Amino acid sequence: MKERLEQLKQEALNKVENAESVQNLKDVRVEYLGKKGPITEVLRGMGKLSKEERPVIGQLANDVRESIAEAIETKQSRLEDAAMEKQLEEESIDVTLPGRPVQIGGPHLLTSIVEEIEDLFIGMGFEIKEGPEVETDYYNFEALNLPKGHPARDMQDSFYITEELLMRTHTSPVQARTMGARNGGEPVKMICPGKVYRRDTDDATHSHQFTQIEGLLVDKNVRMSDLKGVLNAFAKQMFGAEREIRLRPSFFPFTEPSVEMDISCKVCGGEGCSVCKGTGWIEILGGGMVHPNVLEMAGYDPKEYSGFAFGMGPERIAMLKYGVDDIRHFYTNDIRFLEQYHKA
Amino acid sequence: MLVSLNWLQEYIDVSYYSPEELAEIITKTGIEVESVEPVAEDIEGVVVGYVQSCEQHPNADKLNLCQVDVGQETLQIVCGAPNVAEGQKVAVATPGAVLPGNFKIKKTKLRGEESNGMICSLQELGVDEKDVPKEFADGIFVFPEEVEVGSNAISLLNLDDLIIELGLTPNRSDALSMAGVAYEVAAAIDGSYELAEEKVKTSNEEATDYISVVVEDTKANPYYGAFVIKDIQVGPSPLWMRNRLTAAGIRPINNVVDITNYVLMEYGQPLHAFDYDRFGSNSIVTRRAKDGEVMETLDGQERTLSSDHLVITNGDKAHAIAGVMGGAESEVQDDTTTIILEAAYFHPSVVREASKHHGLRSESSTRFEKGVDPNRVERAGYRACELLERYAGGTVLHGVVTHDELDRSEKTVTVHTSTINDRLGTEITNEQMADIFRRLQFSYEQNGETFLVSIPTRRGDITIFEDMLEEVARIYGYDNLPYTLPAGASQAGGLTMEQQLKREVKAYFEGAGLHETITYSLTHKEKATMLVSPEVEKQAESPVGLAMPMSEDHGYLRLSMLPELLESLSYNVARKQENLFYYEVGTVFISEEEQVTKQPEEVLRASGALTGEWVAHPWQQEKKSVDFFVAKGILEGLSKQLNLPFTFEKAKLEDMHPGRTATVSVNGQTVGFIGQVHPKLQKQLGLKETFVFDINLEVLFNEYQKEEAFQAIPRHPSVSRDIALVVDEDVTAGAIEATVAAAGDPLVKEVRVFDLYQGEHLEEGKKSLAFRLLYLDPLRTLKDEEVEEAHNRILESVKEEHNAELRG
Ligand SMILES: [Zn+2]
Repeated sequence: MKERLEQLKQEALNKVENAESVQNLKDVRVEYLGKKGPITEVLRGMGKLSKEERPVIGQLANDVRESIAEAIETKQSRLEDAAMEKQLEEESIDVTLPGRPVQIGGPHLLTSIVEEIEDLFIGMGFEIKEGPEVETDYYNFEALNLPKGHPARDMQDSFYITEELLMRTHTSPVQARTMGARNGGEPVKMICPGKVYRRDTDDATHSHQFTQIEGLLVDKNVRMSDLKGVLNAFAKQMFGAEREIRLRPSFFPFTEPSVEMDISCKVCGGEGCSVCKGTGWIEILGGGMVHPNVLEMAGYDPKEYSGFAFGMGPERIAMLKYGVDDIRHFYTNDIRFLEQYHKA
Repeated sequence: MLVSLNWLQEYIDVSYYSPEELAEIITKTGIEVESVEPVAEDIEGVVVGYVQSCEQHPNADKLNLCQVDVGQETLQIVCGAPNVAEGQKVAVATPGAVLPGNFKIKKTKLRGEESNGMICSLQELGVDEKDVPKEFADGIFVFPEEVEVGSNAISLLNLDDLIIELGLTPNRSDALSMAGVAYEVAAAIDGSYELAEEKVKTSNEEATDYISVVVEDTKANPYYGAFVIKDIQVGPSPLWMRNRLTAAGIRPINNVVDITNYVLMEYGQPLHAFDYDRFGSNSIVTRRAKDGEVMETLDGQERTLSSDHLVITNGDKAHAIAGVMGGAESEVQDDTTTIILEAAYFHPSVVREASKHHGLRSESSTRFEKGVDPNRVERAGYRACELLERYAGGTVLHGVVTHDELDRSEKTVTVHTSTINDRLGTEITNEQMADIFRRLQFSYEQNGETFLVSIPTRRGDITIFEDMLEEVARIYGYDNLPYTLPAGASQAGGLTMEQQLKREVKAYFEGAGLHETITYSLTHKEKATMLVSPEVEKQAESPVGLAMPMSEDHGYLRLSMLPELLESLSYNVARKQENLFYYEVGTVFISEEEQVTKQPEEVLRASGALTGEWVAHPWQQEKKSVDFFVAKGILEGLSKQLNLPFTFEKAKLEDMHPGRTATVSVNGQTVGFIGQVHPKLQKQLGLKETFVFDINLEVLFNEYQKEEAFQAIPRHPSVSRDIALVVDEDVTAGAIEATVAAAGDPLVKEVRVFDLYQGEHLEEGKKSLAFRLLYLDPLRTLKDEEVEEAHNRILESVKEEHNAELRG
C-alpha cells in the first residue's frame, strides 16, 4: 500500500507539473483528492491492515494528500500570476501621450501684488480699510489739505460727476474717513488698496483707471525715522534683501516733510542703465509725515499726535518686478497675459 | 526747468563735481534731477571762418564757390546754402571734423571743384530744429561780426553745454529761475551765491513825465512798476544770450523780447514790454476786465474777457491780459524806439483764472500762478533796463512809476531743536541747526535751542513749523535719518470677515478654472445699462455719468461688469484665443436718483463669462463646449462653499437667451442671474455660445453664517432608491425635486437628478427624468418598511402634482 501511495503521489505531482491551465489543476484535484479518488480508495482498504500498520499508512496517506494539495495551490498561483502578467502586458499604454487637462484659473497679477503687500503690512500689525470709488470733493481734496483753487489739484486732474462728487484720484480719502471715524482719540494703523481714476489718455504708461495702495500710521510720538524703518522693512521683503533704499525730499499737499522712495535698480545693480535712466535708482513710492492740517481736519491735535503716510502703485511695481512694458496689459485681459502670472 | 550747466557755473562754482555727482546731490537735497543731457553731440574741428569771397560754381546753378579764412589758412569750400554771402562769419567744419550722425568731413571735389570743408547750418551741428532761430532755419548759421576768426565755433554756440532737467514739485516754484536754482545748489553743496546788484545809468529825464500808473484792484495787483526806455534799436540779441535762452528752451526773437525772457529765466520774474508809441495814451490803468470785453492778443487771437481777468489798459483799451499775454496792438516791432517795461506782481489766482480760461499756459503765467518773489519784482525791472542799455541801445529814464502796496516782509517761524529731533528721530545739535540755516541763507535769532528763523520771500512755500522740519531734514540729509520702528502700542493686523470671504470666493473661482480679470469701471453709456441683474435694474434710476468724460467709451459708471467682460472675450477671440473662462470681482455703482446728488451705492459683485471648449482632449476626440450647466455648476459650487442654498428660476432678461436664463436667489432675495448671452449679441461680439453669471456678493456675505458647531458624522447607513418618472416636457426637474423633498420629509435627505431622456420608446411631448433619493435617519438604521412607505408617498405626490408615471 505504501508503494501504491507513493506511486499515486508521483503520478499526481507530474500531472500538476504539466497542468497548463487552472482547469487542468481542477481536474487533477478531482481525480486524486476527490471522494472517489484513488487515495480515498486506498484508505478504504485499510481495514485489512494490522493494528500497527494502520496509523502509519493513515499518516502517509494524509501526507500524500497534503503535498498534492500544496503542489496544486502553488501551481495555481503561478498560473494566475502568469495570466495576470499577460493581461497587464496587453493593457500597456503610451505614457508619453498628454494627460487630461485640468481647467486651471488664477488671480490677476495686480491682485497677487496687492495681496502680497496687504499680507506684508498685516504682518506688521496694519489693518485693511476700503472706501468708495465715487468720492466727495471734501474727502478727496479738502480733508487732505487741498482746498478749492489749490494749484496742486492740477496734479490730479479728475473725473467729476457733479461739482461735489468725483471719481477718487487716490485712495487717501480712505485715510481721512478712517481718522475721522475715530474721533481724534485712537491711533490708526491701516493700509487701503483700491481703484483710482485720473483724466489721462490711455497709453503705454498712463491709464485713466489704476490701482493704488496707501498706508497710514497715526499715534503719539511717531517719527520720520519710523517711516524710514517701516518702508525699509517693506521694500526688503517685497523686492529682496539685497536692494538698497533711498529717501529723497518731495512734495505732496497732505504730507510735510514729504519723501519719495527709490530702490536700487535690479537690472544694473546701481551702475545705471536704461531701465533706471542712468541713475541706478528706481522710484517706487511717495509718502511723508501727515500734514498738521490733515490731522486737524480729522479731529486729531497735531501737537499731541503725529503720523506718517505713504502710497504706491501696484501697476508700477508689477511693471518693475516683472518687466511688463505697457500698463494697458492690466486692463485688456488678454488670456496670454493673464496665464503668464498664475503662480502655483 | 532746464538748467544750463555753463550758466549755473557762472553763478556758483560747481566745477569740482562731475555732472552726475551734482545731479545726485541736487536730487537728494530736494529737487529731482530728471536728466542730464548734452546740448549736442561732442564735436571738434568746427571753427569760425570769414567768407572772403563767394562766387557761383562754374558747373552748378545752386552751388557757390567760397574762399573762407579760418585763421591759419584759407579754404576753398563749395556751399549750397541759399544765404551764404561774402563778408559773413560762419561755422566751418574743417577736414577731419566729425559732425553728429558720424558724418566725417573730408577734402573732396564737387562738380569738378575742390571743397575742403563744410559751412554748417545749426541743424548740421546737432541743434534741435525747434531751437533754430527763424532767420537761419533754411540755411547756414551766421555769427555776429564781433566773433574772432579761427575761434571754437562749438563753444561760441554753447554746444558744449550740459542741460540739467529739474522735475519741480509745485511747492518749489522758487527754483523756476536760475537765481533760485543757484540758491538751492549753494545750500546743497554748501557753496555761496548771491544775486548780483543791478547797475543802470539813468538819464535826467523822468519816467513820470511819460507815464502814470493807476491800479484799481490792489488785491489782484498789489504792485505795478513801469519803466520807460528810449532810443531802443530793435535787432538780434547777443549770441551768448540767445544761447542761454535756447538752452532754457526759449526761442530767441529780438533783443527786447529776448531780454525780458532772459530776466524771466534769471530772476523768475515775468516782464512785459509795450511799444510806447503804439500804447495809445500816457496812462496805464490796470483793472478787472468787463464781461464780454474783447482784445486781440499777440498770437493774433481775439479773446473775450470777463471780470475774472485782470487787464492792463491805456485807460480805455486793454493792451494785455495781466501775467498771461500782451496785446497785438502795442507789441514791440522792428521800428519800435520807446518802450514801457512792466514789472508787476499779479495775484496768483487772477492769473490762474485767465490762463486756464484762455488755455494759455506760458513761462510767464506759470510763475505768476505760483507766486513770484515780492522782493525781486522791481529788481527784475532794473536788471532788464541794465541789459536794454547795453544790448539794445536804450536810454533808461529816471525812476520807476509805481503803484505799490506790496508786502515785502519776511515771515518768521520758531523752531526748537528738541521738537525737530522728536519729529525726525534724530540727535541734531544746536550748532548743526545753525549751520543748516546758514547754508539755506535764512537769517535767525538763536536763544539756546530756540531759533526764530526769518524766511526769505523767495521761499514762499515755507510758512509753518513742519515746513522748517522738512528744510532741516533735507539739508541734514534724509540718508542720515536712522531706521526705527514705531514705538506705539501694537495692534493685531488682519482681514475683516468680508475681506476674508472675498479672498475665499476668488480662490474658489480660480480653483474652479476661471481666470481673474480687471475691467474698467467707466464704460460707454449703452454698456452701462446692458446685462444688468434684475434687482439692480429695479433699484437703479439711471447710470451715473461723468460731467466731462474724455471719451464716450468711458463716460458712465457700470451697473454690470458683464459688458466689459464680454468685450474682453471678444478681444481674445479676435486674436484666435477661443477658450475663455473669466470672472471679475468688483463694484457696480447704483444711484436711486435721476439727477445724482449723493454718492451712488457701491455694491460688490462677482461676474463670470465663459465661452469655448470646457473639456478638450485633442487625441481622445473628447470635446465639450461650455454650456449652461457648466456655469451653473460653478455657482452651485459657490453655494456649497458659502453653505447658502441658491434657487434658480427661469427668467427672460434683455440681451439674454430667452430659454436659457435664470435668476438666482438666496433666502428669497434675488441676488443675480445666469444664462446664455442672446445669440444676436453673441454674433455682434463675434462670440460663439457664451454663458455669463452676475451675483451680489454683499448679500451672500451678509447671509453667510460661519459654522462653528461640529456636525456629527451619521453613524447609520443611508438607503438609496432610484426612480424614473415620465412627465410632460414642460415639467421642470426642480419642481419634481421640490415635491419629492416635501413628500419625503424628514427621511429624504437628498434628491439628485441622474438622467434625462427624451425620444424613442417615449410618447411625443414626454420626457423621462431619473432621480436618486437618499433616505437617512442619523439616529438609527431605517427599516425597509419605513423606506417603502415613504417611497410610495412620494410616488403618489408626484403623480398628483405633476401627473408623473413610473417608467416601466
Ligand atoms: Zn539700472
